[in-house]
Amino acid sequence: MKRAIFGHKGLPWLLLAPQLAITLVFFIWPAGQALWQSFLRQDAFGIKTTFIGLKNYQALFADSYYLNSMKVTAIFSVSVALVSMVVALLLALALDRTLKSSKFYTTLLVWPYAVAPVVAGIMWWFIFNPTIGILPYLLDQIGYDWNHGLHSQDAMALVVIASSWKQISYNFLFFVAGLQAIPMSLREAAAIDGAGPVKRFFTITFPLLSPTTFFLMVINVVYTMFDTFGVIDATTAGGPSQSTMILVYKVYRDGQLGANLGSSGAQSVILMAIVVTLTIVQFRFIERRVQY
Amino acid sequence: MVEDRPFLNFLAHLVLVIGVLIVAFPVYIAVIASTHGPDDFLSGMIPLLPGDRGLDAYRAMLTTGLSTSGAPPLGGMMLNSLIMALGVAFGKIAISILSAFAIVYFRFPLRTLAFWMIFITLMLPVEVRIFPTYKVVADLGMLNSYPGLIVPLIASATATFLFRQVFLTIPDELVEAARIDGAGPMKFFRDILVPLSRTNMAALFVILFIYGWNQYLWPLLITTDSKYYTIVTGIKRMADVADSVPQWNYVMAAVVLAMLPPVIVVVGMQKLFVKGLVDAEK
Amino acid sequence: MMLKTTTAAIALAAMAGAADAKTEIQWWHAMGGELGQKLEEIVAGYNASQDEYTVIPTYKGSYPETMTAAIAAFRAGEQPAVVQVFEVGTGTMMAAKGAIYPVYQLMADMGEPFDPDAFLSAVVGYYTDTDGNMLSMPFNSSTPILYYNKDVFEKAGLDRETPPKTWGELEEFSNKIMESGAAPCGFTSGWISWVQTENFSAWHNQPIGTLENGFGGLGTELVFEKDEPLVRHWENLKKWQDSGLFQYGGPVGGNDAPPKFYSQECAMYMNSSASRAGVVANAKDFEVGYGMLPYYDDVEGAPQNTIIGGATLWVLQGRPAEEYKAVADFFSYLSSPEVQADWHQFSGYLPITQAAYDLGKSQGFYEKTPGADVSIKQITLNPPTENSKGLRFGNFVQIRDIMDEEFQALLSGSKTAAEALKSVDERGNQILREFQSANE
Repeated sequence: MKRAIFGHKGLPWLLLAPQLAITLVFFIWPAGQALWQSFLRQDAFGIKTTFIGLKNYQALFADSYYLNSMKVTAIFSVSVALVSMVVALLLALALDRTLKSSKFYTTLLVWPYAVAPVVAGIMWWFIFNPTIGILPYLLDQIGYDWNHGLHSQDAMALVVIASSWKQISYNFLFFVAGLQAIPMSLREAAAIDGAGPVKRFFTITFPLLSPTTFFLMVINVVYTMFDTFGVIDATTAGGPSQSTMILVYKVYRDGQLGANLGSSGAQSVILMAIVVTLTIVQFRFIERRVQY
Repeated sequence: MVEDRPFLNFLAHLVLVIGVLIVAFPVYIAVIASTHGPDDFLSGMIPLLPGDRGLDAYRAMLTTGLSTSGAPPLGGMMLNSLIMALGVAFGKIAISILSAFAIVYFRFPLRTLAFWMIFITLMLPVEVRIFPTYKVVADLGMLNSYPGLIVPLIASATATFLFRQVFLTIPDELVEAARIDGAGPMKFFRDILVPLSRTNMAALFVILFIYGWNQYLWPLLITTDSKYYTIVTGIKRMADVADSVPQWNYVMAAVVLAMLPPVIVVVGMQKLFVKGLVDAEK
Repeated sequence: MMLKTTTAAIALAAMAGAADAKTEIQWWHAMGGELGQKLEEIVAGYNASQDEYTVIPTYKGSYPETMTAAIAAFRAGEQPAVVQVFEVGTGTMMAAKGAIYPVYQLMADMGEPFDPDAFLSAVVGYYTDTDGNMLSMPFNSSTPILYYNKDVFEKAGLDRETPPKTWGELEEFSNKIMESGAAPCGFTSGWISWVQTENFSAWHNQPIGTLENGFGGLGTELVFEKDEPLVRHWENLKKWQDSGLFQYGGPVGGNDAPPKFYSQECAMYMNSSASRAGVVANAKDFEVGYGMLPYYDDVEGAPQNTIIGGATLWVLQGRPAEEYKAVADFFSYLSSPEVQADWHQFSGYLPITQAAYDLGKSQGFYEKTPGADVSIKQITLNPPTENSKGLRFGNFVQIRDIMDEEFQALLSGSKTAAEALKSVDERGNQILREFQSANE
């Protein structure tokens, strides 16, 4: 810990003031509002308000669609994390073998990070458009009737593809960094012992990558839970039959389109609880990692 | 490289080339679509080869826009996105570096409380508290304004932690030296801390610029006046047309224009970008 | 058309510079594409017709998005003076007594001449309270009709001038079309909720809710499952979807449906009469025919009459007084026979006033434009019964989402028609009770 050396009383508060003010006004106050709202029932225009205690929460946990949304979120997050990490790891391993042209490939692989999720969603929505899209056409040729407007697996596949596409670049960069940190001598020693590339990967490379992998897992799950709002909105809007209705999208749908701010507030509170848990997991892990 | 196996090397290149193609595929389709006329999307399949309209769609989107789909000329929307991205990036960097400075170099009452209040922003993404935040911004009269687009997004725990990390690596001797020279805290901040964190700021700037440019839900909710639409939200409005077919060539031209600036930033400042990404997650 | 609008806008801007004292009112609407262009043209016409007021139209996206944006804005105190709300939002708007400024009252308060009897009763009945007062200003009302591809009909050996009258004929025609290879699909449809469910029930004189489909009070309950023809119809749609005879166009408005018709993939297409502008503009390589919605001829009372859809203009409370003067003046302009007839003839929306309908007749419009009066004939086919005068359910936007979800569950095979409709009732009634407790 750094020795705090300046002894002023007022100055530090002055320096903190902008950030604290914004945090108070735009974070803590609205979060409190969400909590308060979750105990109320209001009509759409906010004219009549009744305090109803925990009824909004009771209703949520009795609602099979809300529970379904939790399940959907879990499946979606884990799928996106797996797909994007496996692809990214494969690319990173390949890059590790091609030292000379690695910068060239990296440039061509990292830019999707810069594409907005909703823009990525619109592009994939176009590609999968049931009337003119190219992929449904190709799938039709091999006898698969693609219809993400109707089949929940297709819809889930669509949102997973669109979200993973955007996330590959991020994971790729971290895996590349992770691979570069593995001492060459370790792998050379294994090679001399006669271990082939596959065996080397599973006995040396992958175990040594596990901190990176775990870290990316958490980051990817957080990304999928919150940042994919645009992807969902541009592709399936949560359908069909709520099969891609992730929690964040449901907060928005029930609050905005359903004008049910009480339920939306209760959902916000539950989401906050989930994020707090995830943040603590992430933070504990990162603290540990820093000590390495 | 551990050993030289031509087949494995070939395989590595093959994997990378396929990866590059997959990554580029949607954008290729978008660029191609934007060079066609509207009639080419009525039936059959998305065109895979360039059309005969060249840059017409871009010209149309930049000059007239599609007012009936809620899309004013794209130039204005891109300018709004730029203002928002720059505002978010500079704002976050400015307030975070100040608060990190306060936390690292001062001892004062309630320091831990301040630290936790900043930390809490990490736990509350805008999406989960979206409607109450909207209400606050509305009460403050900040709907349809640049401050409304920017200010609620600039509190950030990550950037504060990043600067804290940077400051912690600065040797104490420097501080002592400054103190002996009789430099006050602000002079120390200006003459030593800011110059030493310059690369970190630049790297962070790249990440935050992209973050600001790509915001979707927040601008969607608080802008009702087309003067303040950002390009990312504008595209979605164009793609959603009731009782009609989206004008794909225009939508895709807008898609390409919307991703161009952040992609240029990432590709052009790749080193800073990678540093920013890795730093920010530390 | 664009040019004209632009010129008008420039002229307007020039005038605005000269006299700054003009009152501006915001009008949020949901008209995209061709309809949006026409709407902007009408507004430009109004703005140029007088120099006291300026109406600023803003496109806010789909109907549900426009309505919810206005509600959110109202809660934030940033509401527009006028918002276009679709017919299913009527229940919600009517219940919000403190938020809306009823049109009859507005017109009276502002001393604007206003005769409710000038409007077509089939239209305004939907928007009138139990005391007979008009609460919102009809603007664009439509009803679903059948569009068909005459060229494909001929190729399949059918009479190009005869659309199917009953669902039995529609199935038979579709089979011929598919077998002859004239088109790979029989029909598609926009708005499963509005066209294939709500209008279907009115057309077959069946209730979908108790208490006169909700006109009788907030205690209304949904009874979709008891609507036998509806259960049968949904079953058929599932069967036809599986055989390729019907192709689902997606939830809400069914955005994938129109391209299927335009690209001649599907020979028939059911959607709003107001889709005509879009159909005419997009059906480039074939001739379009028009017909009434099909019915099951063994259902007693069918065909009854269809109900309207589309939207009306609601005035929101809480704007400065002078804006309401502007709104009243603008509404008078909008309902003038010339403007209404022009809008109706261009768009395919119903003429809102008798005068606009008569004007069209005297202009010979209906002889010149085949199919343009199908919607009027269909909506006035019989005097409305309590099953066919309209719907008034609170939070109906959400209930429609439920219909879409359950219909998708039906098509994907996870539920039967009866199960799906039962589920609509159960989930919908929960929402109705929620609405009742929030508004009582």
